[in-house]
This record gives sequence, C-alpha cells and structure tokens, in this order.
Amino acid sequence: MPKKKSSGQTVSAEFPKAPTGIQGLDDITAGGLPKGRTTLVCGGPGCGKTLFGMEFLVRGALHMGEPGVMLAFEETAEELTQNVRSLGFDLNQLIKDNKLILDTIPIEATEFEESGEYDLEGLFVRLGDSIDSIGAKRIVLDTIEVLFGGLSNQGIIRSELRRLFHWLKNRNMTSIVTGERGEGSLTRQGLEEYVSDCVILLDHRVNEQMSTRRLRVIKYRGSLHGTNEFPFLIGQQGLSVLPITSLKIEHNISEEKVSTGVPQLDEMFGGKGVYRGSTVLVTGGVGTGKTSLVSHFAEAACRGEHVLYFAFEESSPQIIRNMKSIGLNLGKWVNKGLLHIESSRPSLFGLESHLVNFYNAVNTHHPKLVIMDPINDFLSIGSTREIKALFLRMVDFLKSRQITLICTGLISHVDSAQETEVGVSSLADTWIHLSNLEFDGEHRRQLYILKSRGMAHSHQVRQYTMSHQGIHLDEISGRHASNHLHGL
Amino acid sequence: MSHVSQAPSTSKRDSAKNSPYHLTLYVAGHSPKSRLAMSNLHQLCETRLSSKYTVEIVDLLREPKRARLDQIVAIPTLVKKLPPPLKKIIGDLSNTEKVLVGLDLYDESGEVILSSAMEPPP
Repeated sequence: MPKKKSSGQTVSAEFPKAPTGIQGLDDITAGGLPKGRTTLVCGGPGCGKTLFGMEFLVRGALHMGEPGVMLAFEETAEELTQNVRSLGFDLNQLIKDNKLILDTIPIEATEFEESGEYDLEGLFVRLGDSIDSIGAKRIVLDTIEVLFGGLSNQGIIRSELRRLFHWLKNRNMTSIVTGERGEGSLTRQGLEEYVSDCVILLDHRVNEQMSTRRLRVIKYRGSLHGTNEFPFLIGQQGLSVLPITSLKIEHNISEEKVSTGVPQLDEMFGGKGVYRGSTVLVTGGVGTGKTSLVSHFAEAACRGEHVLYFAFEESSPQIIRNMKSIGLNLGKWVNKGLLHIESSRPSLFGLESHLVNFYNAVNTHHPKLVIMDPINDFLSIGSTREIKALFLRMVDFLKSRQITLICTGLISHVDSAQETEVGVSSLADTWIHLSNLEFDGEHRRQLYILKSRGMAHSHQVRQYTMSHQGIHLDEISGRHASNHLHGL
Repeated sequence: MSHVSQAPSTSKRDSAKNSPYHLTLYVAGHSPKSRLAMSNLHQLCETRLSSKYTVEIVDLLREPKRARLDQIVAIPTLVKKLPPPLKKIIGDLSNTEKVLVGLDLYDESGEVILSSAMEPPP
C-alpha cells in the first residue's frame, strides 16, 4: 500500500527499522524489523521460519544494500541454496558478490566429548569474522536452540546466548533468531526470554483440507504493529503476508473516465463511461452476454493500456475464439502483450492463494484494467465473511493503484441475489445488470444500470443485440418497448 | 600458531596405538580456560600418549577464519585428526577420563591406556 513509505519515515526518527522486503510484512510492522536489534521468529516445523530468514537476508542484500550472514544449524549450504532457488534467489551469486555468507554448523551430527569448562567464543569468532568480511548488517541464526541438544551444559549455553544477543546488539546487527515452538511456550528453550524487541509467530494449519499459513506479530517494543493473524503464503516470489486492507478508506479519486467499449452504454453513463479506478459489477443470467460485455471493456482499454483478465471458467483460447464471433479480436491484444489472460479454477486454490496470485499478477503486468470473470466460483470456496474480506482486499488494492476492476456474476434476478452476492455487490461502485426477456415470441436481451456512484446515469432499461459487430444497444424508440421496460 | 612436536617416546605401551597422533587445540587468546586447556593437554601428552604426536595450537583471535573452516563453536576445543576417526573434545580438558575417551585411548579390554606412573590430576 502506498502509505508504507510515509509511515516508515515518520516513525524512523524514534524507531529505526530495517525493511524486510517481504511482501506485506513491512506494512503491518510499519516499516520492517527493529534495526540493530534481534527479532525472534518462532513456529512449528515447516512453518517457514528458515525461508522467512533467508528472504530477509536476500532482499536486504539485493535491495537494501545490507549484506547478511546466515548461520544454519539444521541445514547444509546446498539444501539452503536449493530450497530458495525456486523463488528465484541465487545464493551462489550473492555469495560470490560478497553480499551473503552461508555458515552451517552441523551440531547434531557432531559428537562432542565434554571435559571441563568451555564457552562459545568459537561461535563469536566465526560470526565476527563473517560479519566483518562482507560488512554484514543482517544476520539470521537458524535454529540456535539446536545447541541445547548438542551440548550438555545448559547453564553455559544460556549464559552464552544472553551474551550473544548483547553482542549482536552492540554490533548493531539487525538479527533474526528462529525457534521451534514449544508446549505452552513460544519456543522450546524459552528463547523469548532473551529477545525482547520483536517476536513474530508463524503458524501452519489445515482447515477443511486447505492449508493456511498465518503470521502474527506478538510483540514489537516501541512500535505500533498489526496484532491480527495475517494469512501468508509461500509463493513463487517468496513470502507474502496479506494485510487486511487499510482500515481507512483514503484512495485517490479520479475524475477520469474509461470507456465501456460500447458507445451507447458510455452514453448511459453520461458520455464517457465509468470512473477510472472504480469497481464495476456486471451481473446477469445464463447467456446474457456478460463475458461479451467485459470483453468490450477490455478491447477498449487495450488501445493503449494493459489489461489483466482473470478467467475462471473459460480458457484463454476459448475466450479469444468466442469473442471473435462478436467482432472482438482479443488475440491481437494478447499478441501485442497488452492483454494478459490468466485462466484458473477458483476451487483449486484457497482464498489466500488467490489473493497472492492476484497481487503477483497485478504487480507483474501493471494493468490499468482488471477483469474477473466470473466471481461466482469464489463464492463457494469460503464463508461469506471471508469472501467479502477477500474482495475488500482486492478492491482496495486496485483502488489504491487507480486500477479499474470489472467483475461478472451469474445472477438471474437482482432480487434473488444471495447474501454473499449482496455483500460483494456493496463493494461495487457501478452495477450493470443484464437479463433475458421472452417477449412477443422473441428472445430479447436488455440491460440497465442499478447504480453508479458519483455520476448521473440513465435509469432506462435498454435492449441490446449481439452481432458480429459486437454489442449494440437499440435506440429507444417505440412506445411499446419503452413502456414495457419502464414497467419492469 | 605454534607447533609442539615430540620425538617418538619409548614407552612400553606403544603397541596398542602406535600410529602418530595429530591434535589441534583451538583457543581464543590467553583466557584462563585456554591456558588451563593448554597445560592440561601438555601434561596429558607428556604422560599418557605413548606414541609420537603433534600438537597444533590455533589461536582463533589471530586466525578467525579457522573457526569456520574447522567447524569450531566452543572454546577450548581439542580436535583429534589422526588417527581416524576425527574426534572433538570441548572444555579445558580438566576431566582426564573424558579426554581419554575422546581420544580413543582405550585398549581392547576396555581399560584406559595409562602409563603406570600416572596419578589422576587433582
């Protein structure tokens, strides 16, 4: 969200922060992790702790000019490198560029004989050397608790860990310590006693066979932070935390309008179409031409802007073929790279995955217009509240970027709309309804504008036809039709 | 780094383990623990290592890179590279029994190989 930067700056005087670069996390922590201090990241096995740490280091090294050190007790350098390769992180290159050091300590594999007093100065020396050799500003210790299993003198480990955290602070290192979640405590060895600045809990659960990952900032000394559980995903571009949208509604509002692609429909909105950055809902029964209408929107926008089309029922070639029959050559825009059609079935993913895919696609293609056709299948994959929240996030995300959103929904009669559908429709700024009408032994199509916030619009019900020249709204002529339609 | 090499000793016990010992002691500066480990090791080598041996002392404060290269975490650490297998003993080596176990200084009967003249350290 755009407020990220400003809020990060306003608090930076008091609480310097180190941006993680992890999508969404810097939003809920108002700028990142406490700079020069230690953050505890805890959670059960497989919750993404190591990846969290790796991404913090990689993004720091790549984008914030802060080299980093990874001290891994459980994985080998090869495993670590392999695990993040799929996310596009090339650790070997970073190591070559002196931006990253991977140091692995296979504690459990090593048998120590203990004879007399010792300390962990060796660990300090190697960390100090690694930090100095690349000028590291960030460090991840993953998972230092393993020391408790490898060494028998718990008292020494505890006092040395305390010394280590002081030492890291004195060296002004922004650090992450990971810890395995324990029974009745955040970590098995009570690491939270040593780390008092920031604690983040990761969680991985399975609900109705759908796995969800959640993140919660339990504690952040001296800083505001979101206290909710935020869903997060491990996607193709790393971790993504999905903040529930900004509580405030403060989008920039555009006076500019974008064409619907149907000149007569533009006229119904006062001549030029709908507001840029608004949310348009197109509903209608089976075969009323919802996809055709949104394809007009797409076609009009493609004359100069990028369009992202999420197709949830049809494949890209199918849409292109079908739209050819009404004279819309979408294939041309696909070839020109202006129209991106993403086809997938909503039920294949959880709601959160959808949101992340959605964010990633928008961030990749930078569209000015986004189409979701249709949204009905979404309504089946979560509770009303969840779906409304999902749409709220999508709508806010797009509005904050002045991207126009067009959704289609299969609703035969506006009055019969389900609770969820009503919930979603309340987010729409403009609602166009299409319907079929059997009349005088003929099958006719008609549309009208249910609402359009902030603009005068026609209240007429207009008949329209679909031909090889696209959608065409009939002129309002003939008392018969007009009277009848007004009577609806 | 300093090397302390000993000539082959003529102990009557050298038949049990007569391959040469290669030991490395990692310390950090002249801390009390480090000094104690050095003196304990010296005494142990003198009195109980019947075959020839080499001791290398590595001061990590002077050679910090070796901490990572040689996988050192705790200080002091004694590493037996030869004869195989590689063994690590951490601590100031004040518990001689443990050191001997760590160095595989047991003979076939399970007895610790001791020079007859040895008294356990105080």
